[in-house]
Amino acid sequence: MKEELIDIIEPYVPEKELLSNLTEETTLIDDLQINSANIVDIVLDVEEQYDIVIDDDSIVKMNTIGSALEVITEKINEK
Amino acid sequence: MNKSKRVVITGIGVIAPNAVGIEEFSKALYDQKSGITFNEEQKELNFGSAIGGTPNIPPSYKEGRMPPLLNRMLDNDGVVYGILAGTDAWIDAGLSIDKDHLDIDSGIIFGAGALSMAPFIGPKLEHINVGNVRKLGSKTIVQSMNSGAGAFLNGIIGFGNRVMSNSSACSTGTEALVLGYEHIQQGRAKRMLCGSSEASGKYIWGAFDAMRVLCRDSNDNPTFGSRPMSSTSSGFVPGAGGGALVIETLEEAEKRGARIYAEILGGEVNSGGQRDGGTMTIPNSQAVQKCITSAIDQSGVNPSDIDLISGHLTSTMADPIEIRNWVEALDLNKENLPYINATKSLIGHCIAAAGSIELVGCILQMRDSFIHGTLNSDELHPDILETVPREKIPVKTIEKNVDIIAKANFGFGDVNSCVILKKWEN
Repeated sequence: MKEELIDIIEPYVPEKELLSNLTEETTLIDDLQINSANIVDIVLDVEEQYDIVIDDDSIVKMNTIGSALEVITEKINEK
Repeated sequence: MNKSKRVVITGIGVIAPNAVGIEEFSKALYDQKSGITFNEEQKELNFGSAIGGTPNIPPSYKEGRMPPLLNRMLDNDGVVYGILAGTDAWIDAGLSIDKDHLDIDSGIIFGAGALSMAPFIGPKLEHINVGNVRKLGSKTIVQSMNSGAGAFLNGIIGFGNRVMSNSSACSTGTEALVLGYEHIQQGRAKRMLCGSSEASGKYIWGAFDAMRVLCRDSNDNPTFGSRPMSSTSSGFVPGAGGGALVIETLEEAEKRGARIYAEILGGEVNSGGQRDGGTMTIPNSQAVQKCITSAIDQSGVNPSDIDLISGHLTSTMADPIEIRNWVEALDLNKENLPYINATKSLIGHCIAAAGSIELVGCILQMRDSFIHGTLNSDELHPDILETVPREKIPVKTIEKNVDIIAKANFGFGDVNSCVILKKWEN
């Protein structure tokens, strides 16, 4: 799933070198320099990929690779 | 006039129904290639007019020019046409794009008519109506605002001067050029990117179809639909696309060794106030003539020096009236009238993008020394034949040095714009 998530966020990362050496702690906005306006777009892409719905409170938690994966897993399990 | 007040055109870009890019466009004009096609969607939706002109952009064209994320996310074609035409013009002018540099001497004025009525908006409105607002994502509003194309071009090019969007219906493109020209003449910028764009599709074109102003008699013969100045004109054919021109002070152009296409000698934007015969959709003739004579007066040229009138000429009943207005404004003997052509015969009426696309067409005719023939002008309206010699409205393209062009567009709202261009001799 980590690979899939990286594929989803890749287009939004301005410099592709930032995608090397990703860890669970890598932050989307600071480390990967993803424009904060694009977070909603990433969430839409994730929802479509896994056929889940991510509520606003959960979106707020998705600030690192690790926490994003946790939220996605949680929503898949809730289905 | 000193060189910081003289304004020249140094770059052009175009996305048109019959061509993508300036070289293809020049050839399409020369060959009188029509970009009008039959559209099944319009027929299925019970439009009276089932034809229109939509640019055909190869994916590779976009990939080479738009940043990948934008290419992926932008689904409003009106915005995309603007971005492509604008960046093409900038590069054609020999200017570089530097993502770290803010250019305080350069600005942009980029207009649109109904940017948010592009086809992309349909599904978005549906999402809202069924309570699914989140589906709009982050790119809906920035592609809907009328300043959208200009805003994206700003991100790509980095303008530090004014970033503006104008909107004056069919007059938008030529108005953008005049406004940019005046801004530079005021000494407030050295360079302006001036253009406009408009999307195609059922929403915008449907709104015109409902007014019964579109051509309904050529669904079986699409390329015959747009026939400006014809005795059988029955309505305009809608089109879409984008056009852009880089203009700058002569001083700046010479300083950086730019290739100069033409000089803007003068321009005017005025209104008929929907008085004295003018309405929302029909121009006040006196005001039209005043716009033309004002532009000519400012330019300092003699009406007899004008080689070509690139008219607004939409393939409606307004065409003979427009011709009469030109003839009266120029006040010349019949044999001294300039050539007249109507680019809309090939590309239809691209609404807010019309002026910009047609202006690029004017520059290309200057550059390549030809006057494109007006398609479907074999049978001219009798009123026109009374005042203009037949040979001045060529049916077929003629090769000729074109030195001075008068270009005008007249828009819904009873608004007019006119500009006088002179070919630059190096």
